[in-house]
Amino acid sequence: MSAIFEVRNLKRSFGGLAVTNDVSLAMAPGDRVALIGPNGAGKTTFVNLVTGNLTPDSGEVRIDGEDITRLDAIGRVRRGLVRSFQVTRLFQDMTPAEHVALAVLQRDGRAGRLFGNYLAMPQVMAEVGDLIGKLGLRDLMHRRVREIAYGQQRLLEIAVALALKPRVLLLDEPAAGVPQSDTGRIEQALADLPPDLAVLMIEHDMDLVFRFAKRVIVLAAGTIIFDGSPSDVTKDPRVREAYLGSYANASHVA
Amino acid sequence: MATMNDALANAHGNRRKFGRDLAGLFVILGLAVVGYLLFPNNLALLTRMTAIALLVLSLDLVTGYCGVATLGHAALFGTGAYASGIAAVHFGITDPLLMLVCGIFGGVVAGLLCGVVILRAHGLPQLVLSIALIHLFHEFANKASSWTGGSDGLAGIAPDPLLGLFAFDLWGRTAYVFGVILLAVVFALLRLVVRSPFGMLCRGIKEDPIRIRAMGASPKATLVKMYMISGAVAGAGGALNAISTQVVGLDSLSFTLSAESLVMLVLGGTGSLFGALTGTIVFMFFEDIVSAANPFHWLTMVGGLLIAVVLFAPKGLYGTIAGAVTRWREARR
Repeated sequence: MSAIFEVRNLKRSFGGLAVTNDVSLAMAPGDRVALIGPNGAGKTTFVNLVTGNLTPDSGEVRIDGEDITRLDAIGRVRRGLVRSFQVTRLFQDMTPAEHVALAVLQRDGRAGRLFGNYLAMPQVMAEVGDLIGKLGLRDLMHRRVREIAYGQQRLLEIAVALALKPRVLLLDEPAAGVPQSDTGRIEQALADLPPDLAVLMIEHDMDLVFRFAKRVIVLAAGTIIFDGSPSDVTKDPRVREAYLGSYANASHVA
Repeated sequence: MATMNDALANAHGNRRKFGRDLAGLFVILGLAVVGYLLFPNNLALLTRMTAIALLVLSLDLVTGYCGVATLGHAALFGTGAYASGIAAVHFGITDPLLMLVCGIFGGVVAGLLCGVVILRAHGLPQLVLSIALIHLFHEFANKASSWTGGSDGLAGIAPDPLLGLFAFDLWGRTAYVFGVILLAVVFALLRLVVRSPFGMLCRGIKEDPIRIRAMGASPKATLVKMYMISGAVAGAGGALNAISTQVVGLDSLSFTLSAESLVMLVLGGTGSLFGALTGTIVFMFFEDIVSAANPFHWLTMVGGLLIAVVLFAPKGLYGTIAGAVTRWREARR
């Protein structure tokens, strides 16, 4: 299958330190990929390069074959490259319905409309209700975000991202900060993502990674050191080295 | 079942909001009638209050709803005033409605200009840019005296009777009614705008522009558009001032007026159209009464009022009262 999302030889340094060093990867529609790596591996920089919040020194980013390296963050979203945030960035005084409605209207190019109440736009509200219902937030859709639990806010982040009808979805630690008791709901939401959507998830929680991903990419010191199936990743000596340092070798020798 | 409840809740919420819109309009018109009956000899003050209310509403759009810090908003108001005055004096456009259109157009152009410059910066630099802009506008109007009358002001504005029927009389009745209707219409339109998808986008930008960018919307383009709308409102206020006083002075393009309008907005409460109106009415009445009672120390008293409001009612007069009412309602439920 042809790649919907492709990164070629992406490089970026900060003051001589190559934080992203020659990273290449390709994803097809429907891919479920997890990007992991120890702290400081360059995951955040990679996300910022891909989403257009940072410009790379060299290399390119492509969506469906189109080079989007020169586009800013807004242009990339409009091409179907959507992200969620590691720490929820929601509007505290708005309701989940307003969030999703805003995303739907924005996607349709109607967010600039000066008149008309979105609550009275039946097609918009039908889609909003549908998305919010799928994520189990229906009872909360007219509450303010500040009044709803953090786990539910994470679900709302996913709803907002889906409302933009992405082709490639970048999930930045979708379960970060959520109490263990609530991660099941988020896992369910991840399992229910549209089948043709390419999903790249950055995550620390290895249980979640193994349950979600069909493919795992390990980033360490700015380069990809492993790209393969979840079952092989823990056996790979370089990955063990990157995560455990000399302890891995010590145990290996012993 | 849930959908049914939602639909009902929505319909209910819509009706309640619509009810508040109507209530707001009735309050404006009611206050206008009361003002007319109480101060029949001071309609000029009330008309000026209406014009300034338009300026404060316009400031609320960019500051209250979008979080833009500006101390130069009179640039939009003054440009509107001069545009409508110059149209009358130099181009013979003396129909009040056409003068109003000229004022609105002038305000939009000034809004576009100011927006493009001010929105390049954030926070303190933004504030400094806005101050620089109002001084530039002021100085420009001062130097272009063949057009603006310079420091003498632009005199000789003689508007035709409104709709060819109602002459602008010495008592200022026509100007007053014209102003009140203008304010009511603008208020009703703005209520629609702040609740539209565009208004929702602006609230989002105020809270987190990065989130808005991640949704694929451009904060900059949206804010420039809001600045142009704000310019239209301020320009209408300026035109009203030019039509009612029949003179445009440099004070309408001053830093003082910009700062005062911000003070009025904070006094009433930012981020609410009712707050903007409340602040204007309270400030201007207070100023009028106190300056008549004690011409030497009235500014001290205005300062005292402001300090009291900022310390004890930081959300402004309207914001604090509205907050208390909401809490009371929730407690009763």
